[in-house]
Amino acid sequence: MLRYSIRRLLQSVVTVFIVITLVFLLMRLLPEEGYFGDSYDKLTPEQREAILRKFGLLDPWYIQLRNFYSSLLKGDLGTSIIYRRDVPVIDIIKIKIPFSVSFGLAAIGVSLLFGLSMGIHMARNKGRFWDQIWSAYVVFINAVPAAVYLLFIQLYVTGLKYRGRPIFPMLFDRYNPRSWILPLISMSLGSIAGYAMWMRRYMVDQLNQDYIRLARAKGMSDKQIMVKHVMRNAFVPMAQYLPTSVLLTISGSIYIESLYSIPGMGGLLVDVIQRQDNPLVQALVLIYSSLGIWGLFLGDVLMAIFDPRIRLERREGAR
Amino acid sequence: MTHKEQQVIQAMEDEALFTFAEYDPEAAERVGYSDYSYWGSTLKIFLKNKTAIFLLCLMGALILFTTIQPYLPNQKSPIKIHTDPATGYPLRNRPPSDEFWFGTNVIGQDLWARLWSGTRTSLLIAIIVGIWEVCFGIFIGAVWGYVRQIDAFMTEAYNVINNIPTTILLMLLAYILRPSFKTMVIAMCCTGWLGMARFVRNQIVIIRDREYNLASRCLGTPTYRIITKNLLPYLVSVIVMRIALSIPGTIGWEVFLTYIGLGLPIDTPSLGNLLNEGRQVMMAPALRYQLVFPAVVLSVITISFYVLGNAFADASDPRNHY
Repeated sequence: MLRYSIRRLLQSVVTVFIVITLVFLLMRLLPEEGYFGDSYDKLTPEQREAILRKFGLLDPWYIQLRNFYSSLLKGDLGTSIIYRRDVPVIDIIKIKIPFSVSFGLAAIGVSLLFGLSMGIHMARNKGRFWDQIWSAYVVFINAVPAAVYLLFIQLYVTGLKYRGRPIFPMLFDRYNPRSWILPLISMSLGSIAGYAMWMRRYMVDQLNQDYIRLARAKGMSDKQIMVKHVMRNAFVPMAQYLPTSVLLTISGSIYIESLYSIPGMGGLLVDVIQRQDNPLVQALVLIYSSLGIWGLFLGDVLMAIFDPRIRLERREGAR
Repeated sequence: MTHKEQQVIQAMEDEALFTFAEYDPEAAERVGYSDYSYWGSTLKIFLKNKTAIFLLCLMGALILFTTIQPYLPNQKSPIKIHTDPATGYPLRNRPPSDEFWFGTNVIGQDLWARLWSGTRTSLLIAIIVGIWEVCFGIFIGAVWGYVRQIDAFMTEAYNVINNIPTTILLMLLAYILRPSFKTMVIAMCCTGWLGMARFVRNQIVIIRDREYNLASRCLGTPTYRIITKNLLPYLVSVIVMRIALSIPGTIGWEVFLTYIGLGLPIDTPSLGNLLNEGRQVMMAPALRYQLVFPAVVLSVITISFYVLGNAFADASDPRNHY
């Protein structure tokens, strides 16, 4: 268990290291114009060279890579070029983090709650009406690109009115809790489907096991069996799906934050990609990929803690 | 001894009732013979699934239609901007009519033509990426599973690479490569094959040491021949399924990349592009048709392939055969 966790930790560290190097090397492939903002045409070649030298871009690549690592260790992610000129990236991102983190964590919580109950409901009604309805939901969410259904949710659910006033506002407003609901639900939809699917499969498996048959033979009621035997084990599918859920939430947040104008990192990423602010893109990509890597690490370790029987290898999931 | 029992004993002694059967090789063959064939059973179970058959026909018709659509009579160019002959102004945002079946978009292009052209582009990307995923994934997976010496190294490498979130990698690649049809395909080809390779590796490790493979090796069959003749045929069903399931995935990535501003250039219609154009005018209820038409076509395609892939996976699983 401990050995596995340490091994897994080492893997994650190596991955982070590779990602950082990869991001750095790929970003060097971009044309140099990106470092001048709007003023590229106004500068003389000498001025351009001076700016490039200031950024350290004229050094050989291995020196650049070394500088990149050492400044990363110091927590320096460079300065923004276009989004907010010459403001340190870290200051821009600092005020965005709370929004993204709280929405992400809330979404994971909501999806655990609803996904697991949906899965239980499906398993209990296996083959019947509600099972089919929820299965259709799972198929729909898995097959249709998130961009499509999220867009239609925003478009039509915000159109609902109660006494002539819209129930859900179209855009995020930090002082209006009602506007938090839709983004939160949208962010959870994908993970809910995943949890429900795992949970259903797991419970149907369990219900065919011998120990359930024994419990039934002893005269336990279905309800008791469910509560005392089957649901006790519910954390196994939960832990199994947690890593994928973290990744889904991260990629979902990129969409949803920009759809609802939530001032978080996801919305910022879409914004700076379109404006081609390289240092900010680089910093955000690094943050998101490290988040993903640590999410996977956490999920795997949790899984090993919860269920020692599980082979210590990750299931294939959507990612 | 009762009368009835006497009758039974008499009947047992009656030679005519108990004759030795002639040995008939044909009859023996018939009893020992099973007409089970893997592909026959797969097909039989698949054909039983009415939804799957319907969707298969629908997708077949759709692919055929998008291919021949430009050559049909009365079709407009997807990138031509239509103008009013009287005034010379572009025909912007015309609602669906006899002239423009699905209306026109913000700059006056025919949405019907754009929709099918976009479907063509998206399906083409999806199919290329799907085939690449399968070919490359199987190649890596087969070598990884079969050659024992590199297994440990490859597994470590897989664990490390698999930790990188696909979304981020794809975004980064698209950002650096600058979007076009080619780079979009390249970016998606870089990310998708990993799962396939892993799956093939696991399968091959399972069947690698069966007796007939041992026999082949003893006879000196070269490795590539063992892989292609003894191992890969087991994987055909999986391959078909993976292609079917990777199509909705790839279309989804394309839509995602377009949404965050890394999509195909605007003069190459694709489902992602059309959706994005529709999104820009969605606040006007009268113009929502520009969003709804692409969204419906896209959803039908992705759901169909998803359901088809799963139906095929069920049908090709020998545990469901009888």
